[in-house]
Amino acid sequence: MTGGAPILSRRTGFFFLLPSLGFVSLFILFPFVWVFYLSFTNQTLTGVTAIQSRLVGLANYHRLLDFETWMTSGQFGNALRISAQFVVGSALIGQALLGLAIAWAFYRWRGAFREIVYTLVILAWIIPDVVVAFTWMAFLDRDRGTLNAILQLLRLAPVDWLIQQPVLSIIIFNTWRGTAFSMLLFSSALATIPPSYLESAEVAGASGWQKFRDIILPLIRSHILTDIILITLWTFNTFTPFLITGGGPAFKSELVSIYTFRIAFQFFEFGRGGAIAVAMMLINLVLALTYLTILRRQGVRT
Amino acid sequence: MARIMLENVTRRFGLVIAVDNVSLPIIDGEFFALLGPSGCGKTTTLRLIAGLEVPTAGRVHIGDRDVTGLPPRERDVAMVFQDYALYPHMTILDNVGYPLKVRGVGRREIRERVGEVAGFLQIAELLERRPAQLSGGQQQRAAVARAVVHKPQVFLFDEPLSNLDAKLRLEARGFLKHLQHELGITTVYVTHDQAEALALADRIAIMNQGRIIQVGTPLEVYRRPQTTFVAGFIGNPPMNLVPCRLEVGVDTAHLVGTTFRLDLTSLRDRLALTLRDGEEVILGVRPEHLTFCGQGDSFAIPAETYAIQPLGAECVVILLVDSTTLSVRLFTGEPPQQTGRVWVGVNPERILVYRKSGELVLG
Repeated sequence: MTGGAPILSRRTGFFFLLPSLGFVSLFILFPFVWVFYLSFTNQTLTGVTAIQSRLVGLANYHRLLDFETWMTSGQFGNALRISAQFVVGSALIGQALLGLAIAWAFYRWRGAFREIVYTLVILAWIIPDVVVAFTWMAFLDRDRGTLNAILQLLRLAPVDWLIQQPVLSIIIFNTWRGTAFSMLLFSSALATIPPSYLESAEVAGASGWQKFRDIILPLIRSHILTDIILITLWTFNTFTPFLITGGGPAFKSELVSIYTFRIAFQFFEFGRGGAIAVAMMLINLVLALTYLTILRRQGVRT
Repeated sequence: MARIMLENVTRRFGLVIAVDNVSLPIIDGEFFALLGPSGCGKTTTLRLIAGLEVPTAGRVHIGDRDVTGLPPRERDVAMVFQDYALYPHMTILDNVGYPLKVRGVGRREIRERVGEVAGFLQIAELLERRPAQLSGGQQQRAAVARAVVHKPQVFLFDEPLSNLDAKLRLEARGFLKHLQHELGITTVYVTHDQAEALALADRIAIMNQGRIIQVGTPLEVYRRPQTTFVAGFIGNPPMNLVPCRLEVGVDTAHLVGTTFRLDLTSLRDRLALTLRDGEEVILGVRPEHLTFCGQGDSFAIPAETYAIQPLGAECVVILLVDSTTLSVRLFTGEPPQQTGRVWVGVNPERILVYRKSGELVLG
């Protein structure tokens, strides 16, 4: 398609683009702008402000970032802290590390065992949220949960996981849930490394760890960064843990996404909800830009 | 420096026998080539010596050590891979110095020793570059430098020249042979290129279907190929192999083809010793041992000129004899005067006779 005149004139081309532009505007651009607008109002679903909402300037943001109270339970700062724990625990340490470990363990391993492990990991990834959440509640339940049944079998005291360890519970849940993506990404990255690289390192005298550090890691560095960008954003925005702990007990596992939901759709304070949503978006943007900058610098270096 | 001993080594991959009961002593300091068509097991044999494969049966010795169960890094060998396996993210300095780095040698000493080797291999000015910035020949030298740098007991080469173009390949041949001679390190060299094996090696093992068919010096395997497989593999063009029938009389012997009848009476007793009258045999004769001659010569075969290939120093003429072809090599470089219907003479001193099954019985 180089050179030659375009098949359609610009005007006809634009005409064909119209339907999709319309959908994009209606379902993506408009809600986005609308949320942005809402965040500067005191709009609610019920009450006086439902009918007579008005612009309140930055009041919603002030309330969000009220540093006197924001780390207290049920506030934005608290949710942010829990989200940070959740992202570091389940995305970076959990999914990325475990995914890399599985991919590395099965590198150049063919056969039934690898297929079984891969299938199980991928199954955990593709089962619908609600089913998975129910399964985990059944697994972690205090009285009839599978995990406590196992603990009792081992003569250990049962733990009320969802009450006593809500953050740990959702971290492990999300690790289990999402490792497949990192595993697949890393195993395809590893597959691009010629076996002779590792063999020559082996003959040269490198140990397993040296091979990993000197050959594998530098060669899949950009894959690692890409993986981390994606799973950080996904994990930061995920809402599924709500189905397991409901953000509780007493907001102990209330992630930012759950906090947004509570303010906007349980308290029906759309204005405040909009402000949180905008804040979340900004955090996502900063994360993404940071990673992309690192990635670009990597690209320049190699 | 060390000798290498393979003792009844077998390597199976599922149902496939890649290396089949191979026993091979490789002498300390020699340049040893493993030669064969693709899939013959030569690379697997090399990898068994390196420790990248573990034998299904048999033992591998390097020096005085039984290394059969040892991982590559405990064998003190160095290997140059077909694709060189230079790490793209490291400079040439780091690549060449890697075997030293993993041995815990200090940064300054690495720099020193790499500099030494790089000077010897004429890549000293490339040390700060990355592999992608080097030409094929330079990459090859860098890969060799990485193998040399920690002074291993054994060098292993897996078709190191096959990624180079024809001209560079000839250059690299000379360089490798000189290098090996200088260092005197036992070297095992895998190749499918018979000319490369002949040019480089002190001794050659020709492999086929996982087995060693013949081991010998380049001249031995060239002059007396033990089987028709070796005869057809070594030499360019390879040996002419013509199926015919032996007729042994009371004191006469003839090789009879569809269009010729060669008088081999001078060899009658030696032929009668192992072959029966009327037995199907294969006549083997090198292209350089055929000459154009006059009609009716008792050692002559009638033929039809098929193609003439002047190569400068020599001239190769392809002839049709019935349905098979014969190559004739003329060292004068001049193409033959006659074309069309010609007669080629066979020197009975230079012929080899093989059984129909392929093994050598006379020569």
